Amino acid sequence: MSMSNVLAGAALIALAISAPALAGDRPGLGKPISEADIKPWDISVMPDGTNLPPGSGTAVQGAKLYVDKGCNQCHGDNGKGGPSNMLVGNPPLTIDGITSNKTIANFWAYPTTLFDYIRRAMPWPTPHTLSDDEVYALCAYLFAANNLIPQDEVMNAQTLPKVKMPNHDNFIIRFPDRI
Amino acid sequence: MRNRKRGFHASTLEQVAGNGLLHRRALLGGGVAFAGALTAGPALTSAAADALEEPEWSLAPGDVTPVLQKPSRFEAKVVRTLSNPKGDARTQHARAPLHMLEGTITPNPVHFTILHSGIPDIDPDKHMLVIHGLVKQPLKFTVDALLRYPMVTRKCFVECGGNSAPMFSPEPIQGTLQALHGLVSCAEWTGVPLSILLDEAGADPAAKWLIAEGADSLAVSRSVPMKKATDDAMVALYQNGERLMPGNGYPMRLLLPGYEGNMNVKFLRRLKVVDQPAMTYYESRNYSPLLPDGKAYKFYFVNEVKSFLTRPSFGYSLKGPGFYEISGIAYSGLGRIEKVQVSADGGKSWGDAAVEGPVSPQAFTRFRMPWRWDGQPATLTSRAWDDSGAVQPLRADFIAVRGEAKKVPNVLGFPNQHYNSLTAWAIDGSGEIKHVYV
Repeated sequence: MSMSNVLAGAALIALAISAPALAGDRPGLGKPISEADIKPWDISVMPDGTNLPPGSGTAVQGAKLYVDKGCNQCHGDNGKGGPSNMLVGNPPLTIDGITSNKTIANFWAYPTTLFDYIRRAMPWPTPHTLSDDEVYALCAYLFAANNLIPQDEVMNAQTLPKVKMPNHDNFIIRFPDRI
Repeated sequence: MRNRKRGFHASTLEQVAGNGLLHRRALLGGGVAFAGALTAGPALTSAAADALEEPEWSLAPGDVTPVLQKPSRFEAKVVRTLSNPKGDARTQHARAPLHMLEGTITPNPVHFTILHSGIPDIDPDKHMLVIHGLVKQPLKFTVDALLRYPMVTRKCFVECGGNSAPMFSPEPIQGTLQALHGLVSCAEWTGVPLSILLDEAGADPAAKWLIAEGADSLAVSRSVPMKKATDDAMVALYQNGERLMPGNGYPMRLLLPGYEGNMNVKFLRRLKVVDQPAMTYYESRNYSPLLPDGKAYKFYFVNEVKSFLTRPSFGYSLKGPGFYEISGIAYSGLGRIEKVQVSADGGKSWGDAAVEGPVSPQAFTRFRMPWRWDGQPATLTSRAWDDSGAVQPLRADFIAVRGEAKKVPNVLGFPNQHYNSLTAWAIDGSGEIKHVYV
């Protein structure tokens, strides 16, 4: 046996020992699952519109749903606010100094946040019960009521991420090196 | 022994700052008995004038031992205060009684909690954690599986990004520490380093963000930088040695040491590796602090260096001149507490407090300061430094940047977020304590 063979043999043995040892170091107890099976939970919508579902809705449909689904009970008639946040209104962010009301129209940076939050969390007593069409319709209603889109603009996966949010550029990142 | 104490000259009671703050060595024992040195005790005689008696609990066997201990019935006031005791359709806050606790660990029953839609009643046998998105292989983990992983234990405070919000009031709100700062607690957490699970799924090293989501009815969701997720993040399963309290996220929560509480997603069920932040409701609105000019911070994340005195504090009164120990808590989301100073004259002069070790990063650190109160008005406050070089800002400096509310807000409200300036207690000649600004 030549010296190089001996070395190669030693290397093989080392591999044989180390490879299973490494695998054994990790529990490896996560079970593979397909993205298709995760889909029912995968409700995160990105600011660029990634993961918005098919479907559509209009402000007229949304106005009816706003009452039918009881949104008005917490957020007031026409989104003027109640026990829960004001949804329609655009007071200046300096009107009450640092306690000024942060609304969809005067504060939120991305339109997708509205779809994401309504779909994951509303109506508060019965979340995850709205259809995607209904969520689009409620978004259309609230964007239109805030004069962010025309009354007749249809909200869907293509149009919704394009809604211009007036306060989009008004944010400062506190610790840029942590991102 | 008594003679030796009396033998100490008053000059050994080194005063380190105004209004009677003493050198911290006075706390270290070793015979520096300042109390005996200046206060003449009643004379001892050999005649029995007030003989000790056996109390009733010493005259019969006590109660049956329970399976689960509860504090003494005489400590019944040491409980959390609730913002929404009837569970109305809104957030429920439970504030920790920090002014009635000592040390650095918050007991589980009084650890602060905030629930945005109640406490889900999660069956651990049916709960699951899913990791997916920009990974080689999406994976699901049962709770039983995670309990077999290598774990780490560390102390860590968790603080709501809106804790201390009453301090934005233009006038000091008269409230206990629990009312003013009760949305922070510190526990010893045990769990699986998140990096192990991300490695197993084969997370894309180029991915910048992770979306964390809970199994509560609102599916509370936050975007976390992968920098943090792969640094010291943990999937926590145990809290102070026992499984998580339901209100703290049972059966598992994300733990991001030093980052605002809301990001430490409870009832954790899904982690999605992504290339951009999701800009969820909570990061878009609630935890983006508004500044006086109408701009706002985003991705604030870190709870910066803070300290406050727990005792004496509002709600207590001093029982006459003499020795008191000033005790307080300091912590920083940026690292370890390096130094704490205490003032008894409203910030005119400062002395170094004794900082109890070992000092853990992103954890409550207890500090103490010996103090001889002369019975005159005094204003106690504290200020902390951390090992990142950050210092707790003085109120004037803090307000100059962050602003304050125009009107006195509701003590339960959240006029703004991420307050970390000083807290001060003014003591009048009768020993009554008020909350003041310095």
